[in-house]
Amino acid sequence: MQRSFLMKNPSIMVFLAVLALFTIVVTIGSEAFGAGFVSTSFVKTLGKTLCLALVAVAMDLVWGYAGILSLGHFAFFGLGGYMIGMWLMYERTKEIVAASMAEAPIPPTPQEIVDGIGTQIFGVVGSAEFPVIWAFADSLFLQLVLVVAVPGLLALIFGWLAFRSRVTGVYLSILTQAMTLALSLYLFQNDSGLRGNNGLSGLQNLPGLDDISQDFVSMWFFWGSALALALGYVFAAWIVSGKFGSVLRGIRDNEARVRFLGYSVEGYKLFLFTVTAMIAGVAGALYYPQAGIINPAEIAPIASIYLAVWVAIGGRGRLYGAVIGAVFVSLVSTFFTGGQAPDIDLGFYRIQWVDWWTILLGLSFVLVTLFAPQGMGGLFDLITGRRHPERHGADLGPDKGSLQEEEAER
Amino acid sequence: MSQLLEVNGISVTFDGFRAINNLSFNIGPAELRAIIGPNGAGKTTFMDIVTGKTKPDEGKVLWGDMSRNLVGMNEARIAQEGIGRKFQKPTVFEDQSVEENLLMALRNARGAFSVLFWRPTDADMTRVRELAAEIGLANELSRKSGELSHGQKQWLEIGMLLAQEPKLLLVDEPAAGMTPEEREHTTDILVEAAKTRAVVVVEHDMEFVRRLNCKVTVLHEGSVLAEGSLDHVTANQQVIDVYLGR
Repeated sequence: MQRSFLMKNPSIMVFLAVLALFTIVVTIGSEAFGAGFVSTSFVKTLGKTLCLALVAVAMDLVWGYAGILSLGHFAFFGLGGYMIGMWLMYERTKEIVAASMAEAPIPPTPQEIVDGIGTQIFGVVGSAEFPVIWAFADSLFLQLVLVVAVPGLLALIFGWLAFRSRVTGVYLSILTQAMTLALSLYLFQNDSGLRGNNGLSGLQNLPGLDDISQDFVSMWFFWGSALALALGYVFAAWIVSGKFGSVLRGIRDNEARVRFLGYSVEGYKLFLFTVTAMIAGVAGALYYPQAGIINPAEIAPIASIYLAVWVAIGGRGRLYGAVIGAVFVSLVSTFFTGGQAPDIDLGFYRIQWVDWWTILLGLSFVLVTLFAPQGMGGLFDLITGRRHPERHGADLGPDKGSLQEEEAER
Repeated sequence: MSQLLEVNGISVTFDGFRAINNLSFNIGPAELRAIIGPNGAGKTTFMDIVTGKTKPDEGKVLWGDMSRNLVGMNEARIAQEGIGRKFQKPTVFEDQSVEENLLMALRNARGAFSVLFWRPTDADMTRVRELAAEIGLANELSRKSGELSHGQKQWLEIGMLLAQEPKLLLVDEPAAGMTPEEREHTTDILVEAAKTRAVVVVEHDMEFVRRLNCKVTVLHEGSVLAEGSLDHVTANQQVIDVYLGR
């Protein structure tokens, strides 16, 4: 059955092949395993980009297929990052504290070590106590569970409240944005228990693996990200391949009609919202160890809006479109904001791309929305010939979608 | 004979306007019924109430042998109980193929998890092909339904209704925008469907109603004005005054 599923969807095979090829090329070119023409910092950038592609796939499921424009999926992404960050920071600080206390004449008690870790981590926000939410920070397994459980639970509760009251369209977008903003503002507070605006840092160092250089660590995370993207993509494609996908697209196009067919629209939305929040959490948990730091600014609503922009530019309603959009826009963004793009001197004004990039991005978003709603993924339609029905001439029937004059003549 | 649907004293008010006023009538298990009435008589509102889209201010809608009250259930639940509805404007999922539309409507488990793991069996595909043949779309299965003509969309929606295998079919102006031949075909499908289930047709077109050859209920200002055969109600002076005489 699995085979027939892949056979029926050749685009999945193509995507996996491209991803595998990309991974191999980067591995060969990395400083750790090969020629060294891909620098370690660029490996990290590419690894992070793959994580962004994964969260874009989740966004495409929610928005492109089910028509729910969520402006909150980057919050779930950030929460996933915080959950893994807690363990990384705890274990790493523990090593440092244990090493420094080992010098002392009397060996430290476990409680002294925990207190030392608390002082180290929370000294910056004027505290030394571990908040309750750090209860599982010493267990990698539990924090990994939380990576999916916390975003999933938040999405479940929020979605249940929102979908049950039949909030749709732009109102739902505003609600999700409010949730994101509230979460980000809450995390900015010092007593939120996650170090306020300092966030969690030093996440690139894996506990117990000090001897291994970042050249290798970056490659592990790169592979992990590639694997997660591959699995996430196949999972997403499987979700939308069958009748479930039909129902989702039905909800997007005519929610009321789906209800009269007997499908509980709210249940489907809630299911999808929660599952994609979990995928976003996993993506975030892979992203932030590569970024090295996470702080509440990452969760700010603008990040989720960027996510929507990527998916729109890449092409909604097709999974590879979301990946293309996320990869292309975030890499181009890195190029422009990293000071690599040459400034343009107009004589009277000097265009500095660091400042002008967001304007360029906003402009392309508007242009894509107006003139190319299929996005970059639409280019593939030219090859495969998957076109929407052409509409010319006057309507033959009273309905907008009915045959029109010139079609009938052909 | 026990009733399939028993509408019992329902009233609903929109912003002070009484759309349905103490409406009561019954529909039997395998009955074809036409509902006629002037604009604003409450025909569509009546359908909205039965299918759960609108909540009545008072009254009950009793359903089936168990006489369960449909008021308060949501649309999806009511649809699962076995009430199918066809809208005035054909509403099919235009971005999806005829086959996908029919598969979605096919009577199967509706829960999110069972749908996620559901794959069509041979029996399902056979049923889809049968339905497509019945509604004259056998050769259009792989086409996007947005490409179909208006009449074909109407049929596809009727096909989706039949696929749901409802016990009660509510059909709102099925013949709107159809050519005479298409109307005839539609009449046949409805009469055939009414042999095994209840079918309620809301229609303006008297010729169409005559061809259905069934009991007629005339609505006026939200309540029943007259009921009986078409000849009986058209002879009714009140009906002539409010509806036919115009």
